Amino acid sequence: MFGQVRYWALKELFIPLLRTYEAKRRGSRPRKGSLPLSSNRVLKGLIMSHYYLGRYAKGVLPVAWVTSGAPVELLRPFGFYTIYPENHSALCAAQKMGGGLCLVAEERGYSKDLCSYAKIDLGVFFSGRTPVGRLPKPDLLFASNNICGTVLYWYRVLSKEYSIPLIVFDTPFNYGPLRQEDLDYMLDQIEEIIEKLQRISKREFRMERLIKTMRLSKATCELWQEILNTMKQIPAPATIFDIFSHMLPIVSLRGLRSAHSYYQVLYWELLQRVRDKVSPLSEERIRLLWDNIAIWYKMRDLSELMMRHKANLVGATYTNAWAETIVHMDPTRPFESLAKAYSLVILNNNLYHRLELIRKLATEFKVNGVIMHSARSCKPYSLGQYDIKRILQERYNLPCLILEGDIADERYYSDEGNKTRIEAFLESLI
Amino acid sequence: MKRVFGGIDIGSLTTKVVLIDEKMSILSGQIIYTGYDGIHAAHEALERALSEARLKQEEIQGIVATGYGRHLLDFAHKAVTEITCHALGALYYYPNLRTLLDIGGQDSKAIGVDPGSRRVTNFRMNDKCAAGTGRFLEVMAERLRLDMERMIQLALDAKEALEISSLCTVFAETEVVSMVAQGKPIGEILRGLHMAVINRVYPMLRDVGIKPDVVMTGGVAKNKAIVRLLEERLKLKVFVPPDPQLTGALGAALIAMNTSD
Repeated sequence: MFGQVRYWALKELFIPLLRTYEAKRRGSRPRKGSLPLSSNRVLKGLIMSHYYLGRYAKGVLPVAWVTSGAPVELLRPFGFYTIYPENHSALCAAQKMGGGLCLVAEERGYSKDLCSYAKIDLGVFFSGRTPVGRLPKPDLLFASNNICGTVLYWYRVLSKEYSIPLIVFDTPFNYGPLRQEDLDYMLDQIEEIIEKLQRISKREFRMERLIKTMRLSKATCELWQEILNTMKQIPAPATIFDIFSHMLPIVSLRGLRSAHSYYQVLYWELLQRVRDKVSPLSEERIRLLWDNIAIWYKMRDLSELMMRHKANLVGATYTNAWAETIVHMDPTRPFESLAKAYSLVILNNNLYHRLELIRKLATEFKVNGVIMHSARSCKPYSLGQYDIKRILQERYNLPCLILEGDIADERYYSDEGNKTRIEAFLESLI
Repeated sequence: MKRVFGGIDIGSLTTKVVLIDEKMSILSGQIIYTGYDGIHAAHEALERALSEARLKQEEIQGIVATGYGRHLLDFAHKAVTEITCHALGALYYYPNLRTLLDIGGQDSKAIGVDPGSRRVTNFRMNDKCAAGTGRFLEVMAERLRLDMERMIQLALDAKEALEISSLCTVFAETEVVSMVAQGKPIGEILRGLHMAVINRVYPMLRDVGIKPDVVMTGGVAKNKAIVRLLEERLKLKVFVPPDPQLTGALGAALIAMNTSD
């Protein structure tokens, strides 16, 4: 009872105050020569309140830990408080805690070659160290293998350690167009998942709630798409590093009102910049596309390096991943929409799809070249990049650079080598 | 008054300076060890180059810095990567250059060049690993107590090459030690070591595309065994410019000349 009163008091009284305070507070030191978005302050309040409220959610709401590609909309009607370990790992990495937390997992016998999101999460589990104070213990784990196979093994470890159930949404890989039997297989799973969620949450499933969530989720993804579209302007109103840092709501708060409201604020600011032709660069001489997950611990350095060379990363296959399957979302047919939207994502699709996607984005965003981050952690995303690069260069005359690195473990990043690679690439484009 | 331009290449092992005049004639070239202070090494190499050419620093119209220490020099007018500089320096001698291999003390680079536009079209650099670089051969020479010249000659004279399977410098060292202990002929071991470098850089060359003229620069281009084995592997003539270590600094000096106009 006390827990419930405390949770609702925090949610309804303290959190709005905190968010107002954060929005009005002066931000930290901006990047050299950069033009920070004023929405950053609103975002900071949103992230803080998400993790802060999470500390007190346990016992009041059922808590689920979810993979970035799982159909979270299914959890929303049951009122789950959702935590995204991948997102949290990225947050740890941005705070330069990645290597240290990976080491904790490695000391327990987990291989160095594992994904660093997984290693960081296990490191957090074993050490209790996190920049957000405390993560709520999960009652349920929800994973989908549409992004990789690692999540299954990672979540099985969590399931064993916490002694809690793991629900897996299995999405067959698309070697070609989506097959009817695969769709049927996924629809069967969704029905089973709903039954399990009713048991775990001890709440009845109500279809109208799912439809409402789907509407909100679709609207948020559409808003996200519009935000990405503002970057097609020359000059672009922001950098991809700004967009990367605004991904938490679309990943972690998808299907919730707060994500949609936040993106209205961000969209409005970017629209104003487009209207006033405001650019974070003194001059935008080179426009580039990014492939693969961000390098979370190098955002500031890479952003400054790009700015020094009057180059701007304006689009990314990564940020696009939360907008690319909107067409399949029909809130009136929620089950089919979820199966299609979540199984047709970039990482569950063949290389030809990847190649065509990069070509399409390169044309739409009017870029001079592509930087492909070959991420040691993310094999599904990095596999095939050398072939895609070769085809883009030879057949379509689109210069590409492959940057070896890692998403969250700074020990795998060679600073000098990559600086030379990027500068030489930019020199070849001018 | 003569117009003079300078290129300074601060590498991991050595610092190189080249001075040229407006007719692109090389007035002076210097190589010294970088040591622990790249800025000091750059000043020292520049002073030596100036005294060799009987010039004063004020007479230099433009300086471009390159190499790992390119951002250290406050008196340089511009910093350009060694990839671009090596390409321009090699084009100076070989205007039909299309594929360039630069093996330095700490890294190796395969660079695709379009001779028409004189631009770098594609490049690959080695990862965070010393295998396939000059350092790899140096470590082995030190281990076997051979001087470089002798090591190269023994490798050239050997008929066969023993296979060094390890990709890692440290593990390859262990492998070589065990081969020596087994009484394997030293020439064949050394030829195998040189082949290991070629095997390491070959995929990078393949990736950027191997098209004649193929040119090799960097300190390792002075190694005749490497050049011969590379020619055998590529079945192509591999050109090596005079003073291949100075190619990056020469390219930097050429950029200094072109940007000062």
